[in-house]
Amino acid sequence: MSKRLINLLTPIFAVLLGIILGTIIMLVSGYNPVDAFIALGQGAFGDVYQTGEVVRQVTPYILAGLAVAFAFRVGLFNIGVEGQFIVGWLAAVWVGVTFELPTIIHIPLAILAAMLAGGLWAFIPGLLKARFRVHEVIVTIMMNYIALHVVNYIVNTKMNQGSSKTGKIHETASLRSEWLSNLTTGSSIHWGIIIAIICCFIMWFLLEKTTRGFELRAVGFNQDAAHYAGMSVNKNIILSMVISGCFAGIAGAMEGLGTFGYMAVQGGFTGVGFNGIAVALLGGNTAIGVFFAALLFGILKIGALSMPLAGVPKELVDIIIALIVFFVAASYMIRIVLERFSKKGVK
Amino acid sequence: MEYVIEMLNIRKEFGGFVANDNITLQLKKGEIHALLGENGAGKSTLMNVLFGLYQPEQGEIRVKGKPVHISNPNIANDLGIGMVHQHFMLVDKFTVTENIILGKEITSGGQINLKKAEKEVRDISERYGLAVDPQARISDITVGMQQRVEILKTLYRGAEILIFDEPTAVLTPQEIKELIQIMKTLIKEGKSIILITHKLKEIMEVADRCTVIRKGKGIGTVNVSETNPNELASLMVGREVDFKTEKIQASPKHDVLDIKDLIVKDSRGVSAVRGLNLTVRAGEIVGIAGIDGNGQSEFIEAITGLRKAEKGSIKLNGKELFGLPSRKITEAGIGHIPQDRHKHGLVLNYPIGENMVLQTYYKKPFSKTGILNFKEIYNKARTLIKEFDVRTPSEYTLARALSGGNQQKAIIGREVDRNPDLLIAAQPTRGLDVGAIEFIHKRLIEQRDNGKAVLLVSFELDEIMNVSDRIAVIYEGQIVAVVNPKETSEQELGLLMAGSNRKEAGEGTHV
Ligand SMILES: Nc1ncnc2c1ncn2[C@@H]1O[C@H](COP(=O)(O)OP(=O)(O)OP(=O)(O)O)[C@@H](O)[C@H]1O
Ligand SMILES: [Mg+2]
Repeated sequence: MSKRLINLLTPIFAVLLGIILGTIIMLVSGYNPVDAFIALGQGAFGDVYQTGEVVRQVTPYILAGLAVAFAFRVGLFNIGVEGQFIVGWLAAVWVGVTFELPTIIHIPLAILAAMLAGGLWAFIPGLLKARFRVHEVIVTIMMNYIALHVVNYIVNTKMNQGSSKTGKIHETASLRSEWLSNLTTGSSIHWGIIIAIICCFIMWFLLEKTTRGFELRAVGFNQDAAHYAGMSVNKNIILSMVISGCFAGIAGAMEGLGTFGYMAVQGGFTGVGFNGIAVALLGGNTAIGVFFAALLFGILKIGALSMPLAGVPKELVDIIIALIVFFVAASYMIRIVLERFSKKGVK
Repeated sequence: MEYVIEMLNIRKEFGGFVANDNITLQLKKGEIHALLGENGAGKSTLMNVLFGLYQPEQGEIRVKGKPVHISNPNIANDLGIGMVHQHFMLVDKFTVTENIILGKEITSGGQINLKKAEKEVRDISERYGLAVDPQARISDITVGMQQRVEILKTLYRGAEILIFDEPTAVLTPQEIKELIQIMKTLIKEGKSIILITHKLKEIMEVADRCTVIRKGKGIGTVNVSETNPNELASLMVGREVDFKTEKIQASPKHDVLDIKDLIVKDSRGVSAVRGLNLTVRAGEIVGIAGIDGNGQSEFIEAITGLRKAEKGSIKLNGKELFGLPSRKITEAGIGHIPQDRHKHGLVLNYPIGENMVLQTYYKKPFSKTGILNFKEIYNKARTLIKEFDVRTPSEYTLARALSGGNQQKAIIGREVDRNPDLLIAAQPTRGLDVGAIEFIHKRLIEQRDNGKAVLLVSFELDEIMNVSDRIAVIYEGQIVAVVNPKETSEQELGLLMAGSNRKEAGEGTHV
C-alpha cells in the first residue's frame, strides 16, 4: 500500500470508527441507532431544504478549516480562528450596513473588510511570535476573548438597532439569492459556498504552486534550513498568520453577508473557529481534505437537528464528532494497523 | 563454524527500487565484521532489516542457526540484537540513566527505582570501560558521550550482537581511538559486532572480516588480515581509487574573503570567536584545522549570516557583509556546504529535486511572476543528480529517504553549481565513501583552479593536509597560526591545535 493511500484511508477509518463507537454508545444508552441514523440522513438529505441548510453550514466550516490548516502547514497553531471569524463578521456587516454601493463593488468590499479585520487580528499574534517568540497559542486564545467582547461592545453600543442586533445589511451586499432560496424551498443557502470553494483552490495554489508557498512550507518543515536558504523565517510566520486570519475573516463574512445578514451580540463563542480545528485535522491540512471534512461535519451537524424526531438527543452527534476527532488525533494507531495489513496482503 | 547471525539472500525493495539484492552476511561469534559499500549501496537498509525496522521481500535471517522472523525492533532486542544508529535517539532533557531505562524501567511499588537503575548503568559502564556518568543530562554531554549512552542502552537491554551504523562519522579523532578501544573490550566480553564505516583505516585496524556490497548486491566477504585498503576500495567501487588527490600548484590572486577582528558569541552567550583574522584569496583553498568546539561552527555561521556576529568586519570582494541577512550574503557570492546537513542543508520533507533549488527557487527560470516552474526545477535537479552521481530512486523522492552520503552529494552539487566566489565547505566529506571523497576533493580543487576561493573546515587532518593550499589553525576562537601543508606535519598541527605556540610546536614557516 502506498503512503498516499494510507494517508487517504486514515481519516476514512477514523470516521468509520467514530460512527461505530457512536453506535455502540447509542445501544448502551438504550437508543435505536438505526432510527437515529435514518433520522440523521433524513435531516441532511430528506429534502432539498435540508440539503440547502447543509451547504450553508458547510461554507464557514470550509473557510475556518482552511484558516487552521494554512497556519498549520507553516508550523503554527492558530487557535484564534474563532476570534478572527467574529471580527470578520462584524467588519463585513459594517460595510454592508454603512455603504450604499452597486453589488459588484459592495460584496467584494465587504469581504475585503472581513479579510482585513481577520488578518489584522491574526497579525498581532504573528508579530509577537516572530518578534518575541511568544507562543501563538496563548496569544490567539487571548485574542479570541478580546474579539468577543470588543465586538459585543460595538454591536451593543455603536451599531445597535434594537434587541442587541445591528441593522440589516443592504440588499446590495447580501450573498442571499431568491433563486437559490426558492430552489431549496426557502433554506438559508447563499452564494458563499462558491467563495469557499474558490478559497480551497487559492490555498492549494498558493501553497503548492507559488514561490511564496515554497517558502511558507519550507518554514513549516524546517526553520533552520529555511534560514540557510535565505528565506526570512519571521516574515513568513507573520504572513502565514495573516493569510490564515484572512480565511477566518471571510468565514465570518459568510455569516454576516449570507446566513444572517446582520450581527447580533454573541452570548459566547460560536464554535465555528474551533470546529475549524477539527475540520483541518480530519482533512489532513490540505485544501481538498478540508473541503470533504467540512462537508461531513456540516452533514452531521444539520442532520443531528432531526435526531430528536427519532427520540435520540442531538448531542450524540457531538459525541460522534468528538470520537472522530479523537481517532484522527490517534491516527498513528490506524496507520500502524493499515501498514500491517499492507504487508500481509497481496504485494 | 558457528554463526550468531546469518542473513541469507536478503532482498529489500522500496516501491520497485531494489536497495538490497540477494545479499548474504554471516557474523561469527566474537568477531568485528565490517560492512563496506558506497553511499547508497544499501548498508543501512540491510541493518534496518536485521533490526526489524524493515521487512525483507525475500531471504532468511537465522540467529544462532535458528530461522527467525524479526517483525519489529522489540523482537530484535529479545534476540539480543542492539543497534547504535547514526542519528541518536535520545531524550535531551533526560539524564543518561533515564534514557537508558526508557521503556525498560525497573519499578518497585509503581515507582521507578532510579537508584537501582543508576547502579546497574554504572556497573555496565565500568565493565566495558565506557566512563559514562549516569546522572549527567544528555544535553550537557558531548556527542561522543551520547554515542556511548546509545551503546549502554543496547547493553542494558542484554544485546549480544551490536550493530554500529557509521559510528565514527560524528566523532573527533581522539573519540574514535576511544571507541575502537571500547569495541575491543566488547569483543573480549563475548559480544559480536557489525560495523559500518567508510574509513578503511578503521576497518584495517579493528575488523576481522569485511563484507562488501556494491549497488545493492553482495560482492563477497574477505578476511581483513589478507587484504589492504586499496583492494577494499576497488572491491567496493569497482575501479581503482586515488587516495592522494593530485593537484597543481595554487596561484592565488586577489583577496576574496577578508575577516578582521571578528567576535561571535555562541548560543549560551559566551564569546566563541574572539577577534579572528583571516584572508582567503581567489584561487586557493584555505583549510581550517582545529579541535571541535574552538569556534569553527560559530565562525562559519557568522560569515554565512546564520548567526549574528558581535563585532568585526567580514568583507567579500571588498564588500562589507557584516550584519547582512543570509539571502544577501548568498547573493553576494558565498556558497555553503553546512556541517549539519539535516539541520541546515536540506528540507527533508521536500523532494530531493526541490532541495536542489533551495537558494535559487525565486529566480528565473525556476520562478516567474511568483509562480514556480517545476519543469525547470526538475530539469536542473536531473542534471545535478547525474553530474554529482546522487543515487536516488528518482528526483521526486523525499530528501529524507536518501542515504546519508547521497544527501551530502546533493548539497555539494547544489552549492558548487551556483559557482560562488567563495565556497565554504564544513566537513564536506563526513559520511562519504572513498570514491565520493575523491570526487568531492576534485571538485573543490576544480573550483580553486577556476579562480574561486575555497574555505574548508574539517576535523580530519588527512583531508586538511591533502586538499588545502594553506592551513589556518583555530584555537579558542582565534587563528593562532597559518602554515604551509608541505612544510608541516600532523604532529606540529596537533600541537598547534592544542594551543602551543609556533616556537614550541616546531619550525613551520610562515606563508
Ligand atoms: N525509505 C526509503 N524509501 C525509498 N528509498 C529508500 C528508503 N531508504 C533507503 N532508500 C534508498 O535505498 C538505497 C540504499 O540506502 P541506504 O540508506 O541503505 O544506503 P547506505 O549504504 O547506508 O548509504 P550511506 O553510506 O550513504 O549511508 C538508497 O538509494 C536510498 O535512496
Ligand atoms: Mg547509511
